[in-house]
Amino acid sequence: MIRLIGYGNPGRGDDGLGPAFAARMGDVPGVVVSTDYQLTVDHALWIAEAERVVFVDALIRSDAPFEFAPVGPSVMHDVTSHSLSPAAVLALSGTLFGAAPEAFVLGITGYEFGEVKEGLSARAEENLRLALAFFDDWLVRSDGGFAHA
Amino acid sequence: MAEPRLIEISPVTRVEGHGKVTIHLDKDGMVDEARLHIVEFRGFERFIHGRLLWEVPVIVQRLCGICPVSHHLAAAKAMDVICGVDQLPPTAEKMRRLMHYGQVMQSHVLHFFHLAAPDLLFGFDAPAERRNIFEVLREKPELGRRAIMMRKFGQDIIEATAGKKIHGTAAIPGGINRNLPIETRDGFLKTVAEMQDWSLDALALARDYTLEHAELVGGFASFPSKYMSLVREGDGALDLYHGNLRMIDAEGGTIFDQLPYDRYHEVLVEDVRSWSYMKFPFIKEIGPDTGWYRVGPLARMNTVSLIDTPLANAAREELMAAHGTVKVHAVLANHWARMIEVLHCVEKITELLHDPDLQGTDLKATGDRREEGIGVIEAPRGNLIHHYKVDENDQVTYCNLIVSTTHNNEGMNRAVKDVAVKHISGQPEITEGMLNHVEVAIRAYDPCLSCATHALGQMPLEVELLDAAGQTLDKRARAT
Repeated sequence: MIRLIGYGNPGRGDDGLGPAFAARMGDVPGVVVSTDYQLTVDHALWIAEAERVVFVDALIRSDAPFEFAPVGPSVMHDVTSHSLSPAAVLALSGTLFGAAPEAFVLGITGYEFGEVKEGLSARAEENLRLALAFFDDWLVRSDGGFAHA
Repeated sequence: MAEPRLIEISPVTRVEGHGKVTIHLDKDGMVDEARLHIVEFRGFERFIHGRLLWEVPVIVQRLCGICPVSHHLAAAKAMDVICGVDQLPPTAEKMRRLMHYGQVMQSHVLHFFHLAAPDLLFGFDAPAERRNIFEVLREKPELGRRAIMMRKFGQDIIEATAGKKIHGTAAIPGGINRNLPIETRDGFLKTVAEMQDWSLDALALARDYTLEHAELVGGFASFPSKYMSLVREGDGALDLYHGNLRMIDAEGGTIFDQLPYDRYHEVLVEDVRSWSYMKFPFIKEIGPDTGWYRVGPLARMNTVSLIDTPLANAAREELMAAHGTVKVHAVLANHWARMIEVLHCVEKITELLHDPDLQGTDLKATGDRREEGIGVIEAPRGNLIHHYKVDENDQVTYCNLIVSTTHNNEGMNRAVKDVAVKHISGQPEITEGMLNHVEVAIRAYDPCLSCATHALGQMPLEVELLDAAGQTLDKRARAT
């Protein structure tokens, strides 16, 4: 099972890229999709039973439309607020539940974060479209059976 | 020490949202002034203008990723009034209460186990690399697992009552849009007894820490103040969802009592200061200098006459008796108070799960439309006020929010000053451990700085050391 977590605040412009990605994924066999404002300690439990985990977040200051990279557990990412990094969530899940899923971060580049507003910027929308297409392809390539519905 | 200096701590960690602390030292190295600054502002109250009344309880949850349920319910209560509904059907009120108890429980558990525990377990002066949740888990893995399972229980209650863990839609103007299916109730009944056992264990941890460190707790950012919360109509019992306002002074004397909360603006006003976006509320009749007050778990323990669940009531009586003063002023006793409230929430959840009203089908009331509504709730961090005006097109024309952290603004600033004077004044060298003392004082209030400036997401908080000429001499900033 793949657990995909799209996180960010949809009320803060392009920070909503993660939840928007999750919302547009649709139903994909073998993929459990969820959204949240931010990563917290709860997600250590969410990912504990997954074989693979994909964290989808908005990316700031990148020239690429999106970036996709593996991520491993790290306690170097200290718990400095209620919000955690993907690496810290993985470390917590490993420490508490012995979980060691293969994990990736899909960062989608956004541009407008400062204002209180709903909806993505036009450039972020385009990046989201590209990221969804990439992810469809990745699912098929990496698992040989999943197809985006 | 020849030159005055300024210390900056940035960001203050293990709080929700970010801010900055500045500490001014005079030429003798004594603390001259210490302030908690909130440096960003994004104007949520303006954002909400023009939105339709029925969508407000959903949209306001975007104020905060940690306590969205509190905003959801406070806004829904205000919109009940605008829709002319003064009394909800029993199913609607009990579903909302269940949602709220789940919220307070999971919020307090997160704060105590994951944010405060490193300081309490290892000490405020412990090396920074040791003061984190991973070190806590290494020593006490079972504690960490329980904390996550308790938080999950609270989150599951929220999901069952609000529809979703985040951005729930269940509380609607005049009622609720769902009841609790019997099979869902039965699922919770299987685990709630264990939650109560774990709550009692957590309470014992917080109590024992407070009693075993009585000297530290008694002297750490501890000062008398006024306290405010909702209390239940009639007997003044703890009521996190509804009631009237009670304000007491440091000795327990009444300033106002059983004041309907829609009159909050008659007794409270907000002061603005140039160096922070967070306002400073005070009691209008007393004035800003001495009219400030505090809210939150410890404030509630001080204001209420009793708690209507037996285990939590006994725990509150023990807390009050242990401090030897009429009211408890030690900010670190907030942790004990939080765990009493966790126990209270679990007791209330148990009570509600056995109430057949949760399976009722009368979910919504209607009434004659009004132009203005005020909703107040006791959020995990304290009193939360939502105030709206709506025009004939159902669009919001006015919004004022006073969140718990704003109520506590003066108290947090005084706590920063108190700790800075005791731990930094006259020291030849400023260490990370000393600065952490300042953060611990802020953290004890569990502030939500994002909510407090009505911003979204996170804002960095720093601590800065300045000389008398305003030059930065030292600065602490942590990446998040």
